[in-house]
Amino acid sequence: MAILIDAPAGPEPARPAPGLRRTGVGKLAALLVSPTLLVLALVVAYPIVSALRLAFYRRDDTPDPVTGLLRPGDHFVGIDNFTDMFAGESSTRFLNALWNTTTFTVTAVSLEVVIGVLMALVMHKAFRGRALVRASILVPWAVPTAIAGLLWRWIFQADGVANDLIPGPPILWTTDGAQAWFAVVVADSWKTAPFIGLLVLAGLQVISTEVYEAARLDGASAWRTFFSITLPLVKPTLLVAVLFRILDTLRMFDLPYTLIGPGKNATDTVTVLAFEEAVKFGKYGPASAYAVFLFAYVAVVAFVFVRLLGADVLGTKARRGR
Amino acid sequence: MVVRGRVRGAVLATVLLLGAGACGGETAPGTDAGASAPAVLDGVGPISLVTGKDISGNLQNQVDEWNSAHPDQKVTVIELPEDADAQRQQMVQNAQTKSDAYGVLNLDVVWTAEFAANQWVAQLPDAEFPLTSLLPATVETARYFKRLYAVPTTSDGGLLFYRKDLLDAAGVAPPKTWAELSAACEKIVPSQPGMSCYAGQFEKYEGLTVNFTEAVNSAGGSVVGEDGKPTLGSEQARQGLNFLVDGVKSGKIAQKARTFKEEEGRRAFQAGELLFHRQWPYQYAKANATDGSSTVAGKFAVAPLPGLTGPGSSALGGHNFAISSFAKNKKTALDFIRYMVDEKQQRANLEKTSQAPTWAALYDDPALVAKFPYLTQLKKSIETAKKRPSVVKYQEVSSAIQEAAYSAMSGTSTTEQALTSLQGKLESLTGK
Repeated sequence: MAILIDAPAGPEPARPAPGLRRTGVGKLAALLVSPTLLVLALVVAYPIVSALRLAFYRRDDTPDPVTGLLRPGDHFVGIDNFTDMFAGESSTRFLNALWNTTTFTVTAVSLEVVIGVLMALVMHKAFRGRALVRASILVPWAVPTAIAGLLWRWIFQADGVANDLIPGPPILWTTDGAQAWFAVVVADSWKTAPFIGLLVLAGLQVISTEVYEAARLDGASAWRTFFSITLPLVKPTLLVAVLFRILDTLRMFDLPYTLIGPGKNATDTVTVLAFEEAVKFGKYGPASAYAVFLFAYVAVVAFVFVRLLGADVLGTKARRGR
Repeated sequence: MVVRGRVRGAVLATVLLLGAGACGGETAPGTDAGASAPAVLDGVGPISLVTGKDISGNLQNQVDEWNSAHPDQKVTVIELPEDADAQRQQMVQNAQTKSDAYGVLNLDVVWTAEFAANQWVAQLPDAEFPLTSLLPATVETARYFKRLYAVPTTSDGGLLFYRKDLLDAAGVAPPKTWAELSAACEKIVPSQPGMSCYAGQFEKYEGLTVNFTEAVNSAGGSVVGEDGKPTLGSEQARQGLNFLVDGVKSGKIAQKARTFKEEEGRRAFQAGELLFHRQWPYQYAKANATDGSSTVAGKFAVAPLPGLTGPGSSALGGHNFAISSFAKNKKTALDFIRYMVDEKQQRANLEKTSQAPTWAALYDDPALVAKFPYLTQLKKSIETAKKRPSVVKYQEVSSAIQEAAYSAMSGTSTTEQALTSLQGKLESLTGK
């Protein structure tokens, strides 16, 4: 009887053993990860959730006609903050800012890819003083963006270096208009092309020299080598770099703000608008709605980019490849 | 990159968090709105004085003197950044978190309405302060709905800086009207290579609001009327803005002057590139420096701003001291403000820092006038000065003004279009 009872239980310990071990490891893993999760919840989840909530509220900003005082507190306004972005009084400003954000991203990132790849090719070549060239190419990327904005403002001011170099009457770069937009693109490309260069350089360094030797033996031209060997082989790294740049440029704030100044139609981005609404006007509801919209926009762009071009962000393919 | 991304993310998160903080059901003190008598200001003990960066270096002396006389009510100075927007931002944040860290606030004159309406600053009893000895225009900036919320400690008014050497040589008197200013320029500027006629602060920022408001006021108009209604449909408003727009069109205001803030303009004036310059009095000492930084030392003088048909009127600058609603020792704060606004301290401050006082009698003191020759003109400027619109949504009003003036001056819209659109925006912002 006892044996009979024990018998079915016999094989059991053998089977659950891995399961038990898994639970044990799982618990330990959860325990070890939980501080990180807690920190993430605090610094990522909480702000996102509260920003989402805030986007549906608005401050009552009509002062009392007798005392002139404002009623404290916010009230729920549904999706008004979002509909106002596209149809209300502020819609022109917002749509203009969205257009600026998008055109900045497309133009600046395209320029940065071309310049960045060229920089990488230069940095990859073996020659005397290569370390010096590498270091100097990377300097712009190491400069804080706000400082870079002020430096470029100095260059672009009415009697600045830019106007000294360009013939003809001085161009007022920091006033509103296409030239201001162009100035921001120039400064952003200068600032972040080295970042693409750096990542592409890392990609170049893992390409084996044998492939190039084979191409040379086959008599391939330099162009052919670049487009058939270099570019396809650095593509995974390049795509990740471009994705990072796109996400970063969509949130561009410091350059337009410090180089041109806020309130200029040609260079206001969505983040500049959100900052002004929140910090200057104290309208946290609409500001939050801008931020939430930008969040969604960035997420969609990233998703489309990953799907269409197959950018390998998490490094799964690369790991398999190696 | 990752680090950069995180930093930006953190900034965004902070902005969002601040936003979150702002919505946590604000119940300001004294919610029994309608009570017109100020609440009793009590509590004695240490307080803080929150102010923008003290460039003069005299503030600490004044505070030290107070502290040695009141060892149990020590005042600590909290210095905020030099940038006015950044100062306001920190004071607003402190109020939104209802922190008692800030005691006496050094407010820009245009913030009074916003801080009072939000009940971030306490209402003050008129009788406690020597208001009748102060310049009346400055006291007006401290009131909101006729109630006193702050006490003016420093003032400021725009002046017309002009090249006395050139005007004297051409036999021209300092202009009182815009027409005279134009005529003087036509006579003098052509013979002075690299010089342009006039500049003010025309970059798209608060300075443009000041210059636009002054132009409209100097033409006899107003931005917002006595009853709080925007009044930009008037002929005077049109003529005011046209002074700036025509100036740019005719080249009397150089194209590059549209990028000028105070400092860019000051550099141009000191380099001898300007015949006339609308500027705050601080330029007087700097442009008179004989260390080689200024080519116009001793060659210029100041006059009141010109207007359409006679002397114009300046926009009022300056700072007021207010008491944070969330401060603990309000009685001490009140006494400290009384000490700072007193004639003795204002005189000392003027002598050491050349900041414009609010104590009216100081402007007529012969010893001081001998030391600061512009005081007489400055008093005229402040006495006739008008305050900028006193509205809760001042920041938005100012942005709308900048948009209108900037687009008209750059030629992207006509004067009429700019004013019509501004009138509409201000009507919806002021709710009138």
